[in-house]
Amino acid sequence: MSAAHDDHHHGPAKGITRWLFTTNHKDIGSLYLWFSFAMFLLGGTFAMVIRAELFQPGLQLVEPNFFNQMTTMHGLIMVFGAVMPAFVGLANWMIPMMIGAPDMALPRMNNWSFWILPFAFAMLSSTLLMDGGAPNFGWTFYAPLSTTYAPASVTFFIFAVHIMGASSIMGSINIIATILNMRAPGMTLMKMPLFVWTWLITAYLLIAVMPVLAGVVTMMLFDIHFGTSFFNAAGGGDPVLFQHVFWFFGHPEVYIMILPAFGVVSAIIPTFARKRLFGYDSMVYATASIAFLSFIVWAHHMFTVGMPIAGELFFMYATMLIAVPTGVKVFNWVATMFRGSMTFETPMLFAIAFVVLFTMGGFTGLMLAITPADFQYHDTYFVVAHFHYVLVPGAVFSIMAATYYWLPKWTGYMYDERLGKLHFWLSFVGVNVLFFPQHFLGLAGMPRRIPDYALQFADFNWISSIGGFLFGASQLILLVVVIKCVKGGKKATAQVWEGAQGLEWTVESPAPYHTFTTPPDPKLIHAQ
Amino acid sequence: MSKTSRSATKSLVRKLLFTVVGMFAFGFAMVPLYDVICDITGLNGKTGDQIVAVQEPTSVGERLITVQFLAQNSAGMDWGFGANDAQVKVHPGEVKVVSYYAKNSHNYVMTGQAIPSVAPNEAAQYLKKLECFCFQEQVLQPGEQVEMGIRFFIDESIPEHITKLTLSYSLFDITDYESSEAAVTLR
Repeated sequence: MSAAHDDHHHGPAKGITRWLFTTNHKDIGSLYLWFSFAMFLLGGTFAMVIRAELFQPGLQLVEPNFFNQMTTMHGLIMVFGAVMPAFVGLANWMIPMMIGAPDMALPRMNNWSFWILPFAFAMLSSTLLMDGGAPNFGWTFYAPLSTTYAPASVTFFIFAVHIMGASSIMGSINIIATILNMRAPGMTLMKMPLFVWTWLITAYLLIAVMPVLAGVVTMMLFDIHFGTSFFNAAGGGDPVLFQHVFWFFGHPEVYIMILPAFGVVSAIIPTFARKRLFGYDSMVYATASIAFLSFIVWAHHMFTVGMPIAGELFFMYATMLIAVPTGVKVFNWVATMFRGSMTFETPMLFAIAFVVLFTMGGFTGLMLAITPADFQYHDTYFVVAHFHYVLVPGAVFSIMAATYYWLPKWTGYMYDERLGKLHFWLSFVGVNVLFFPQHFLGLAGMPRRIPDYALQFADFNWISSIGGFLFGASQLILLVVVIKCVKGGKKATAQVWEGAQGLEWTVESPAPYHTFTTPPDPKLIHAQ
Repeated sequence: MSKTSRSATKSLVRKLLFTVVGMFAFGFAMVPLYDVICDITGLNGKTGDQIVAVQEPTSVGERLITVQFLAQNSAGMDWGFGANDAQVKVHPGEVKVVSYYAKNSHNYVMTGQAIPSVAPNEAAQYLKKLECFCFQEQVLQPGEQVEMGIRFFIDESIPEHITKLTLSYSLFDITDYESSEAAVTLR
């Protein structure tokens, strides 16, 4: 009995049930990451349709209504299906190992929070095959476009959002409980790696705003099916209310997608600069400040709805204030690299590209924060360029950096460095060719979410589409690298990277199925 | 996990779930909060609920303020709808009567509801309506045309720099809302 019991606990179960019933944080982390990559390819396919249609002026490939469905589904799938689950996957894999915990605090809920996601996205994607088509009102689903004028499939969209929200909330509760209650002896809060810190704060943001998102889609559901008038002016409601409630969720949401990225970069840069992270404490406080400020700036997304001047000034200055803690972070990363013994393996390349390109996205964000200027930029391609710069070479690059950085720990083998570098350079060139011209398009007045455009925008759209195809195709290299690395390669050592610090590098590679079943030696825990 | 950390986790999870429920409720609380803030600030051009408690003004000011009148059908509505006077000049405190017309050219009974909005937003709270067709639903028989009045004045405390304001009505077709409500009542 006891021998069988031990067997059961020392390795994963066999077959498909291992993945269906698993409560192991590493298994669930892998599930999240693979799911996220599948969604990344699906959302990326939609983006390819968009760029193909915009390749030249005129309507060539798709109907305008289908084009709108593509922009909507691309946004929803990338935000809720690719970026968020990828970070939750990284959290599942790394947080218990980083704080010396045997697993997540609530392993069964962990299983559930992953397994409801495929159903949510199956439901959302199935709307593409329905009569009347998929949601076509943009990922921000402004009422009354998403209520009075919505296709019938909007109800499926609403329930899909409910399920995604439930998944995120359960995931966050689990992460908070793990970080606050499961740390190894000696792992004080201010010794935690920054990835753990940024995720702790992100999880609180999720818990605060995902219920508000659930609330706003519930109001839509009531307006559509039960005759209420939350957003219907004819019945005494107000469509502008929708925008306030949505962006009260939506602005913290953008930090939910970037704070864990800050954590990843703060782990990678010290490793490859072979120096301690500069200004650890200030990084923690900056993260907390950004999280706080994210709750009081939401109306900068809606300067043009007509606000009192005092409101516009408040939201303008509060938004600009975010540049201060963000600047602290950027300067800390640069100071960490300063006079370090830097080497440029693939994770470091992605991390450095993150710092440079995310900062550019931050600067265009500052431009958009200037209220009078925003009236010009609002709903143009300048906005599209801005948020893609912070999300693609920002959040997505950090996820790729994290993948390359921890892949040897996950698989036990080194990935193909040559292919990794090829992936990086093609992505780096592709992403800039793709998004940089969109700044010019926006400043020249090209509106977002349109399938056709005036002739003067033709050249920049042509360049942007070529960059898009390059960026899209080069993501398949990542798939090849990961599959090759899972199958074999040069054996990885426990520490993997010469300069790597932290508990996850004290366990062998690949990380055993169960780690830290007894707490690690407190002497191993470095002050950051 | 040890017993103590298990109970610590339980109480933490309870607190976090409570936060989740609280934030869900907060999302709905934003609806009345938003209305209150709109009423106080005139945000979004809302003129507020002034059906009751508006006093007739006692004195008349010197300045002349231009009030313009706009009318528009919202999507799906196609009554003939417009203002009989494009604009009037009023002194603050002077009670003025203007009128709109509406015509239902369909061969069935329709119900309309007009929703007002004032620009600039900060002027909204100084436009006081003593009577307005927007206070009631308008039920029009097939082919019926009506004149609909507004009695209003401009509050004397209106800031100096506002010399012109626009009162705009959007007309909504709420015929179906009526019938669906009636259906619910019948059930």
